[in-house]
Amino acid sequence: MASLWEWANPRKFMTWTDKALPVISIFAAVLFLAGLVWGFFFTPDDYRQGATVKIFYIHVPSAMIAINAWLMMLVASLIWLIRRHHVSVLAAKAAAPVGMVMTLIALASGAIWGKPMWGTYWEWDPRLTSFLILFLFYVGYLALWEAIEDPDTAADLTSVLCLVGSVFAVLSRYAVNFWNQGLHQGASLSLDKAENVADVFWYPALVALAGFVLLFLALVILRTRTEIRARRLHAIEMRERVQG
Amino acid sequence: MMPDLGKYAGDVFAAYGITFVLLGGLIALSLIRAARIKKRLQAAEERRKTNG
Repeated sequence: MASLWEWANPRKFMTWTDKALPVISIFAAVLFLAGLVWGFFFTPDDYRQGATVKIFYIHVPSAMIAINAWLMMLVASLIWLIRRHHVSVLAAKAAAPVGMVMTLIALASGAIWGKPMWGTYWEWDPRLTSFLILFLFYVGYLALWEAIEDPDTAADLTSVLCLVGSVFAVLSRYAVNFWNQGLHQGASLSLDKAENVADVFWYPALVALAGFVLLFLALVILRTRTEIRARRLHAIEMRERVQG
Repeated sequence: MMPDLGKYAGDVFAAYGITFVLLGGLIALSLIRAARIKKRLQAAEERRKTNG
């Protein structure tokens, strides 16, 4: 059996993702649309939150991806720092804009949902504040990649930034449990039946979440392929410049 | 077919609208950059073959 490292070899990665990407993209589109259509059109209003509960199907999956994208970047960055594996750090770079957009969606949809439910778009609540800081870390991470010309130095420094930012990714997830205060409630999706939302909301949310996960995966693969090509292009152009 | 969203229609549509715009933009930008870099790399590989 081929080792994980062999599959992540740039040439091999380009080969298998060339076949896998269209399949993942189709499944992503189908599940994403199915989850949202089911949630939007075929679920009842919540007895307390009314029709605003429909925001749940975009807010919760985007927030979960926002946090887990950073954790994926953390693993990829650690692999870079320990093994100097180029594809891993390029995958981290590729995931950052996707995670940043998911964080923005979670923040925006949360603010819109918060106004009718809490009476305010924003509150300096532990969950909301740590999420805003996570968003700023995404922005900083991408800015650092752009600011440094040497790709390996940029990879080193962004990986270290990723380690630091991981504190806020974890805080975003557990802020409600740590501080036990603020407007935001605890986790809506749980494997504990007593804590979880009612089945009528849970199943479409699960489908939407699967769609968001596959969409994230498809975008990260697409963008990693682009980063691998961009690095190769950079190497050829540098060689041309040296040769005059 | 369209559910009655009542007084929350604006909030729900705004949340979905922002999501679709942001995700649509991200997908479009990712595809455009992928196509552009692929084309530039192909041209560079051709030059390399031609010039040795």
